Amino acid sequence: MAGFDLLSDQGLRLDGRRSNELRKIQCKLGVFSQPDGSSYLEQGNTKVLAAVYGPHEIRGSRAKRLLDQVLVNCQYSMATFSTGERKRRPRGDRKSQEMSSHLRQTFEAAIKTELYPRSQIDIFVEVLQADGGNYSACVNAATLALVDAGIPLHEYVTSCTTVLAPPPATSWDDEKLEEGEIALVDASHREETSGSPTLTVAALADSGRLVLCQVGQRLHLDRMNRALERALQGCKDVRDVLDEAVRDHLANCGISEAASS
Amino acid sequence: MALKLLSDAEKVFILHGVKDDFRCDGRTRQEYRPIEVETEIVSNASGSARVRLANTDILVGVKTEIDTPSPTKPNEGKLEFFVDCSANATPAFEGRGGEELATEISNTLSKAYLCETVFDLQSLCILPGQQCWKLYVDILILECGGNLFDGVSLAVKSAIYNTKVPRIASATIDGGVVDLQLSDDPYDFQTLDVSSAPVLVTLTKIGERCVVDPTAEEEACSLVSVVLAVTEKGRCVTTLVRGEGSLHEDTLIDMLKVGTSLGIEMNKALKAALKLEQSKGENKERFGFLK
Repeated sequence: MAGFDLLSDQGLRLDGRRSNELRKIQCKLGVFSQPDGSSYLEQGNTKVLAAVYGPHEIRGSRAKRLLDQVLVNCQYSMATFSTGERKRRPRGDRKSQEMSSHLRQTFEAAIKTELYPRSQIDIFVEVLQADGGNYSACVNAATLALVDAGIPLHEYVTSCTTVLAPPPATSWDDEKLEEGEIALVDASHREETSGSPTLTVAALADSGRLVLCQVGQRLHLDRMNRALERALQGCKDVRDVLDEAVRDHLANCGISEAASS
Repeated sequence: MALKLLSDAEKVFILHGVKDDFRCDGRTRQEYRPIEVETEIVSNASGSARVRLANTDILVGVKTEIDTPSPTKPNEGKLEFFVDCSANATPAFEGRGGEELATEISNTLSKAYLCETVFDLQSLCILPGQQCWKLYVDILILECGGNLFDGVSLAVKSAIYNTKVPRIASATIDGGVVDLQLSDDPYDFQTLDVSSAPVLVTLTKIGERCVVDPTAEEEACSLVSVVLAVTEKGRCVTTLVRGEGSLHEDTLIDMLKVGTSLGIEMNKALKAALKLEQSKGENKERFGFLK
């Protein structure tokens, strides 16, 4: 059991959110001009930059090219100052490589890969500040960057990290107490490192199809269903936020260009 | 640097522009592009700054750690530069692709900050010979639109200016074991003096003339450039000739003169900007990357 309770007696989390509440998401498309698509996303205190290059000719060895679909190349890196303790290497360590391959898996499912055979799409994400849910923030930022690059997607792919917190020792609501563990949507760093089970989900939010599902720590099968449900709902909430940002961007980008010229 | 493919005609156009003192974006040879500086971007770092020099985007974070001083310099703290060329800037930097450029930049910076009169490392000493502060200056290159060296040095100076080193409440040695007590108050910190820290000024030779603050396209037309580290008082602490070309000594002397005077101006402008930023205090408007 962690040294502090993740949920207060009133059912509020350490940062004052309710269990099903997301952190504040602020984002921007088209931050940089050189990449084909770029985005910046803040999810609470987690800050991520994403850049997309392509589709373009295969770089490096031509043996990598795929004849029937596009090659999706992802790189996950973290700024050395992004974490509480300084990181020695920004990328190349086991965890970053795992993250990169998970990102590739996620986006191969979301991109209409069959449209660009013998080509390559690069997705680079850079975590500037890490405060939990890094993978989720990266997926969300990369989705925006892909939209900015104009690469056809099946639908929005969004991600949400959920932590199952033990219920508060006493509660004003006895019924709630009996439900057992409570799923906390969009976990922060403190919630993630509390030792409770975590569930990271990436999903095609509209159709509710899972692309990636990763469980850390022991999670009882009985709890799985409810946790997944919560996580999927989180993904859908994120989708709504991203969709609004994209619409906003599209509505404004033409205007600002016209005004400046 | 980002690979730019330019045709001969484009190169000639740039070359003629430089010759007539009227560059593609309307600047004269000794004019900078607009520069934006913002401090306190990353809350996980002790100090941070972001500099945007037209298309070039640089984020610097400073982290403080307690370390033991080197035996040869027991009274001094440590300063380490680390440059990371993010693949966001160009796909060529993916994996280990940016390492060569990163080392070149970090070496130049360490040389520029090595001089005693430039940065007071003794202020980072806690207990002589036992404990000192080590500053990790981590530089992240997010987009390169030319003139990386100048942008990086401005960001580094701003980030060190913004760095808050916790104050030591008490430091004692008990039987050879060092006992440090950090102040409990997060607002009790010391800042570092960067008034004599250098900025780098790059002069790029295009054709027969030198330009300052080249764009990526202009860099592609140049064979040789000179990087100077200039302090506020006009002292030139490091000089580096880079590129595959060569220089006549007279040209170099001329470049040094021009670079020094520009360096003094840059230092002044940065100082004014940082003062303005600091005067706004805690309530300043924060933009980050959302603007």
